[in-house]
Amino acid sequence: MGLITSPTALTLVEAEEGTRILSPNIVITSFDKIINWARVSSLWPMTFGLACCAIEMMAVYASHNDLDRMGIIPRGSPRQSDFMFVAGTVTKKMSEVVRRVYDQMPEPRYVISVGSCANSGGIFNSYSTVQGCDTFLPVDVYIPGCPPRPEAFIEGIIKLQEKMMREQFHWSRWR
Amino acid sequence: MIKEQFPDEVLDIREFRGQVAVTVKKSRILELCRYLHDEPSLFFDFPADLFGIDYLGKKENRFAVAYNLYSVKHRHRILLKAEVSESSPTIDSVLPVWAGVNWHERECYDLFGITFTGHPDLRRILLPEGWEGHPLRKDYPLKGPGPDQEWQGFTDVLDRAERYKEFEWHG
Repeated sequence: MGLITSPTALTLVEAEEGTRILSPNIVITSFDKIINWARVSSLWPMTFGLACCAIEMMAVYASHNDLDRMGIIPRGSPRQSDFMFVAGTVTKKMSEVVRRVYDQMPEPRYVISVGSCANSGGIFNSYSTVQGCDTFLPVDVYIPGCPPRPEAFIEGIIKLQEKMMREQFHWSRWR
Repeated sequence: MIKEQFPDEVLDIREFRGQVAVTVKKSRILELCRYLHDEPSLFFDFPADLFGIDYLGKKENRFAVAYNLYSVKHRHRILLKAEVSESSPTIDSVLPVWAGVNWHERECYDLFGITFTGHPDLRRILLPEGWEGHPLRKDYPLKGPGPDQEWQGFTDVLDRAERYKEFEWHG
């Protein structure tokens, strides 16, 4: 199986002789839609609240800005979660732990980096703060703010959902 | 309010708006603290804070360890500063007098490098264990010593992230 490109992208796909490229046909796209919708509607995050953004994250989970209505149930264990919120300042001492937790998550997994400190170190440009968790984690969505308002939080989650909806054929063993 | 029984140790007494700061030499600090703790009229039983001060360039003795003591019974405070020189950055630990200074002394050691003799478990408390350097000294750069002298644990994390990138599922 070769690369799957989106039907609207004009990229050239390299294929060796005899490789058959599975183009997005009607079966795959229907499955895509259903599976992506199912994934998106029931995202279970691994809440990795480190600092003040964790308080904001708790506020988003609480009843006023409910995340449960979007299907988001916080799971305490990385083994059972879909994505990870890195909420708060990542120090170098903690970076090892964050990476280990990320490595323990089963695929498909995503990372949302919440707040200025996780995005880029924030105002703490010092010897002990990692300047952004994207130095050692692949981040999908960045939510800026210090701390981000709950509405910004929800927008970040919706952006992740949009990203997941655009995926194609990531659900079989040939992905 | 504060009468010193250790006249040769005291270097300086200042008072500012009711707050008293006493600067002492470090040689009999344990005895002095025990006296402050036990003496009935003083009775400083609550060590509110213990921290280090770095006087780089401003004083001959580079460091000082400050003890912020409070008396619950008599409700008075005192700030006790013990001068520590750079050539021998050690001072007696006042742990036998107040048990609550355990972590404060560890923090002082971690961030300044002042060793407390007699402390049962003197190791780094805030920074990771293999860290070199004492960050709160005035000559430590704010952003760290530079990317080539990074802490080993963090470079390990970065290496691991680099190696695992090829296994990323949608990278």
